[in-house]
Amino acid sequence: MAVFEPEAEGLVLDAEETGGDVVGRSPWSLAGRRLLRNKLALAAFALFVLIVAVSLAAPLYAHRVAHTDPYASNLSGTFQLNGKTVQVIQQGAGKLGLGETPVGPTWHAKYFIGADSQGRDVMARVLYGGRASLFIGVGSALLACLVALVLALVAGYFGGITDLVLSRLMDLIWAFPLYLLAISLATVLLARPTTKPLKIWFITLQAASLWIPLLIIGIVYIPYVFRPIRGQVLSLREKEFVEAAVAQGAGSLRVVFLEVLPNVLSTVIVLLPLMIATTILTESALSYLSIGVQPPKASWGTIVEDGQTLLYTRPWVAIAPGIMIVLTVLALNVFGDGLRDALDPRSKVRMK
Amino acid sequence: MVTFAVRRLLGLIAVMLVLSVLVFLIFFETPGVDPARLMAGRNPNQATINAIRHEFGLDRPLPVRYALMMKRMFITRDLISYGSHTRVIPEITSATPVTLSLVVGAAVIWVIFSILTGVAATVLRGTVFDPILMILALIGISMPVFWLGEIVNLFTQSRWHGFFLFSWVPPLGYTPITQNPLKWFEGLVFPWLTLSVLYVGFYARVLRANLIETENEDYIRTARSKGISERRVLLRHNLRTSMITFVSLFGLDFGILVGGGALLTEVVFGLPGVGLLTYNSLTSLDLPVIMTTVIYGAFFITLASALVDLLYAWLDPRVRPT
Repeated sequence: MAVFEPEAEGLVLDAEETGGDVVGRSPWSLAGRRLLRNKLALAAFALFVLIVAVSLAAPLYAHRVAHTDPYASNLSGTFQLNGKTVQVIQQGAGKLGLGETPVGPTWHAKYFIGADSQGRDVMARVLYGGRASLFIGVGSALLACLVALVLALVAGYFGGITDLVLSRLMDLIWAFPLYLLAISLATVLLARPTTKPLKIWFITLQAASLWIPLLIIGIVYIPYVFRPIRGQVLSLREKEFVEAAVAQGAGSLRVVFLEVLPNVLSTVIVLLPLMIATTILTESALSYLSIGVQPPKASWGTIVEDGQTLLYTRPWVAIAPGIMIVLTVLALNVFGDGLRDALDPRSKVRMK
Repeated sequence: MVTFAVRRLLGLIAVMLVLSVLVFLIFFETPGVDPARLMAGRNPNQATINAIRHEFGLDRPLPVRYALMMKRMFITRDLISYGSHTRVIPEITSATPVTLSLVVGAAVIWVIFSILTGVAATVLRGTVFDPILMILALIGISMPVFWLGEIVNLFTQSRWHGFFLFSWVPPLGYTPITQNPLKWFEGLVFPWLTLSVLYVGFYARVLRANLIETENEDYIRTARSKGISERRVLLRHNLRTSMITFVSLFGLDFGILVGGGALLTEVVFGLPGVGLLTYNSLTSLDLPVIMTTVIYGAFFITLASALVDLLYAWLDPRVRPT
C-alpha cells in the first residue's frame, strides 16, 4: 500500500487550512474538501455536466420537441408558425429578390434558431453536434492520458533502453507541430474513396466514423501528457517507500501499480479536464477545416463552418455552436484550475 | 557556448531528417491507403494514377522513393500541384509575406497587451480587478479563433459596417504593403486583433503566475529592504526575471504560427498566406501542396525552436550544459 508522506511530498496548506484540519486526513479527502470550498470550480463543473446532459438528450429534443431529423435535408419543406405556413427555404428573400435564404430564428419549438442552407433545424444539429464534439474531446483526452500514463510508467520505472526508445519516440511526435501532424494524418485517413471502410492492421473503421478524428487527436496529444508524468515517475523511483517495497520482495508490477501509480494519479487527474478542453478546441478546428467529423455526422466545428456562408444573413447558424464550444471549454478550464489548486497547489501544470 | 551551439545544430539536423521521414511515411506508407490514388485528387482516372505511380517511383524500393521525394522537394523543387498545375514551391514563397505580415503584427499586439494585463493583475491583487482580468484571459483562451473571426466579420463587415467606427474596414482580403501601405494596415487590423486574443490571455496568465512566484525570492526582499520604490522593484527586478519564461514561450509560439499555426485566422479572414494555401489544397485534396507546406512548416518551427534555445543559452549561461 502506498503511503502518502506529507513531509516528503512537501504538503502545502491551503490559505484557509490550519494544521489541525489536515491531521489524519488522506490527501484525497483533503483535496475533496478544498474543491468543495471552491464555488467557482463547482459551478463550472455543473455547467459542464449540464452541457453533457443536454447533448445526450439531443434525440429527445429532435423527436419530441422539434419533430425533425437533424441529418436529413429539407429544401422544399414547410411548417406552421403562429398559424401561418412558412417555407423552410425562402426563395428570393435576398437583395433584388434573388437567392435562397433559410428561415431565421423562430424562437419556437420548430427551427428555434432557424435552419441551415440544407433546411435542417440548427438547434437540433447543435445538440447532436455536442454529442460528436464531446465524444471525440473526452475520448481522445482519455486515450492520450491512458496511453501516456502506461508508457510513462514503463519508461520511467524500467529506465535504460526502454526509456530511451519510448522517450525518443515521444520527442519525435513532440517535435512535429501539432496542427501539421493532425492535418497530415487526417488528410491521409479521410481522403479516400468513402465507399470502402479503412483497414489498418486489424482495425476496421467506417469512412465517417467518429473514431478517426478521435484517434488522430488522441495520438497527437500523447507526448504532452507523457513528458510531465515520466519526469515524476523518475523521481518517485528514487523515493524510500519504493525502496522499502522492493526490499520487502515486491515485484516490478506490484511496485509500479501499487506504489508509483497512486502517486502520479493526481497529476493525470489534474491534466484530464484541461486536456479535454484542449482536445475539444482541436476537434472543432479540424472539423472547421473539414478534416474532422465527416458528413452526414456533424460536430460544433462543422456547424460553424456550415454557418460561414450564411454569416451575414443568418448569423445564428455560426454563433450558436461557437457559444457551446466557448462555454464547454471555459467550464473545463475553470474546473481544471480549481482541481489543480485542490490536488496539487504547487504544480506547474499549465495548458493552453 | 560553441560546443553547445554545434551540438544543438547537429540535433536540429537529426530532427529535420526524422521529421521528413515521418511525413514521407504518413503520406506514402500508411497501411490501407494507396498514395497514387490519393495524389490524383477526387475522382481520378486510371491513367493519371499510373502516371503518378511512375512519376513518384512508387514501383521502386522504399529508400529510393524517399530520396526521390526529397530531391523533388528541396533540390529540383519541381513538385507540381494537381489542382492548379503550377509549381508548389514558388506558390509557397509568394504566400509567405502574407503570413509574416499577419503573425508579426499580432505578435506586437499580444506582447504589449499581455504584459500590461499580467502586470495590472499582479498589482491589483486583492481587488476585484485581478479575478476579472484573469476570467477575461480565460475566456480569451477558451474561444476558437475561427469562430471569433466570424463574429468579428459579422460586425465589422455587415452589422456595424455603416457605423462610422467601422466604415473604414475594407472587404476581406489582402493588399501587399508595397502596393498600398494604408490599405495593408487597414485590412490587417482585425485579423491581428483576433489572432492575438488567445495569446494575450495565455501570456497574461503565465506572466502573472511568474510575477507572483518571483515575488517570494530573496533578492526581491533585499531590493525592498534597500528602500527601492515598489514600482522599481516590480518593473526592474521582478518583471525582468519573470520575462524569461515569457520570451522562450514567445519564440516557440511565433515559430509555430509562421510555420502553419495561423491557418485558421487566414482562412476566416481570406488572407492568401501559407495557411490558406494549405486549406485550399485540403478541400481539393491537393496532396503535393499539403505535404510541402507541412514539411516546410515543420522545418521552420524546429529551426525557430533551435534559435530560441541558442539565444536562451547565450543570455543565461546556467542553461548551457557543460
